[in-house]
Amino acid sequence: MSGQGFEVVVNQTKKGSIIKLSGTVNRAAKGKLEAAYELASTTDGQILLDFRQVEYINSTGIAVIVGVLAKARAADRDIGAFGLTEHYREVFEITRLSDFMHIYEDAKAGN
Amino acid sequence: MRKRRKTDETVETAPSAVPESVTQVIDPVAIPAGDPLETVLLSTGGPVEVADLELESEAISEIRDAGVELIVPLVGQGELLGALYLGHRLSDQPYSTDDRHLLGSLASQVAPAMKVAQLVREQQAEAKERERIQQEMEVAALIQQTLLPKELPSIPGWKVDAFYRPARAVGGDFYDFIDLGRGRLGVVIGDVTDKGVPAALVMATCRSMLRAAAPRHSSPSAVLMEVNEAIVPEIPPAMFVTCLYAIIDTGAGEVVFANAGHNLPYVRTAEGVIELRATGMPLGLMPEMTYDEKVYRMDSGDVMVLTSDGITEAHNPDREMYGFGRLMGRVAKRGKDGDMVNAIVGDLEDWTGVEVEQEDDITIVVVRRTSSAEDAASAFSPDSREELLASFAVSSIEGNEVLAIARVAEAVGSLGLGGLRLERLKTAVGETVMNAIEHGNENDSSLDVNVEVKATAAAVRIRVSDHGGDKVIPDVETPDLEAKLAGEQTPRGWGLFLIEKMVDEVRIENQDGTHIVELVMNRKGDA
Repeated sequence: MSGQGFEVVVNQTKKGSIIKLSGTVNRAAKGKLEAAYELASTTDGQILLDFRQVEYINSTGIAVIVGVLAKARAADRDIGAFGLTEHYREVFEITRLSDFMHIYEDAKAGN
Repeated sequence: MRKRRKTDETVETAPSAVPESVTQVIDPVAIPAGDPLETVLLSTGGPVEVADLELESEAISEIRDAGVELIVPLVGQGELLGALYLGHRLSDQPYSTDDRHLLGSLASQVAPAMKVAQLVREQQAEAKERERIQQEMEVAALIQQTLLPKELPSIPGWKVDAFYRPARAVGGDFYDFIDLGRGRLGVVIGDVTDKGVPAALVMATCRSMLRAAAPRHSSPSAVLMEVNEAIVPEIPPAMFVTCLYAIIDTGAGEVVFANAGHNLPYVRTAEGVIELRATGMPLGLMPEMTYDEKVYRMDSGDVMVLTSDGITEAHNPDREMYGFGRLMGRVAKRGKDGDMVNAIVGDLEDWTGVEVEQEDDITIVVVRRTSSAEDAASAFSPDSREELLASFAVSSIEGNEVLAIARVAEAVGSLGLGGLRLERLKTAVGETVMNAIEHGNENDSSLDVNVEVKATAAAVRIRVSDHGGDKVIPDVETPDLEAKLAGEQTPRGWGLFLIEKMVDEVRIENQDGTHIVELVMNRKGDA
């Protein structure tokens, strides 16, 4: 864990968009992640969050993800996630985020 | 001197037979102490005609105005206990010699009875006062004993003993141990001048101020300065507090101390006994005081002895004081290890005599740096022995929880926690430290969050402390994700919930301004 900042890249594909997150997901990630969602939502299809490069998610980061998920649900968009470590999969289960977004083993499963 | 002197006008028949219209009640007239009339009545010893008195006396004027004709003094053991005032006879005849003899005889019988009644009243008042003082002493003792530490610190490599015995008229002695985190222990010994409830209340105030100031400063001198400034306006006149405050770095053995006029501590070393000298005025005397700060490094086997003046100022039957020299001599003697307290108390009792009432509170605190071999021997069992793996602080800046996570992960690296359990512990530590930074210390970068990592064979304990001790931690509730997703609730509010889910036990406590969250993770368990 390096305590590095948060970066986000959006890849738009025919099937939908992949938002590639990296670094630390905390409250500071809110602006970038919301902007990425807005961009991703301009294409149809599923929006996938790629957590493979994420090193640390804290409770404020969970709140940011909840915020994005709320926007997606309000817009009736489907959101999924992949690349979570075993620990963060557990966190997504404990917080019940996984009840509202499909968690894939990897990107291929999603796309 | 009785001030209430009252008599009804004499009647020559039984009172029940006398019609109300012929009786007259004379209002009592007090005879002030030293009034010439008092001298006359004492010297005469018998009835005195008011008309015959030619004295410069205010009492006489009042007595005349009240219609008194005859005064019959009630004298007992040379003291004027009271007097009978008689107006004129109903028959308008002067009082006869027989009347005077009768009244004199009556007075001589009434006076002893009055004396007895007076003594009984005085004894009752004294008993009541004794009871009041006793109750006050019990309250003082209760305040004092409630605030003294219930447990002694348990620190590997150190042995701490304390002894406190109040005098009947409880004094203001106190001692305290403050866990400052990062292996540092604050040791306080103090004495409030005066006794009873006022001293106990000042002691309680001073103790709270010390506990509040101690976590904010790494310098004992700064702590005493802060407490002095705070207590000067609060303390009653003519009261003050002597106090020694030391911070012991239990890892390095370094003792940093400052002294506000308290007895000097002694340290018994391999070379002999030394005094730990640092000067400073007692707390509460005047503002803007500064305190010397000194450092002493204790080696294994060194014993530091802190005492109150109830020991050095105790007297023997010849009224000789026990004194510093005798105490120092006692500290120098090597007895059974760990028995310093009993050795001092025993020596003191030999000096004063066991049956003699203790003059002042007696307080002794003994801090001994033990050898590692002794540590191993004193450990209850290998399983219960707790090892300090890390102790550090991070300043209250958002994001510093990541530093804390890294330090904890490093500290527990050799314990073999399963991968998933380690990740859970890291998340719990991150959330706890984040709460301490944001809520406890309110993102004040000058305040530290202290983290201590300890392990036994069974579990890892992480103690995270901040300065938000007076804040109430809400109960942990399961967040309502549906409501959050529907925008009915803030998306936040996951921290405490996550902490509780990640570890096996969470303990929360407040200690005088310090808020401590302890995370317990069993070393063996699921995943």
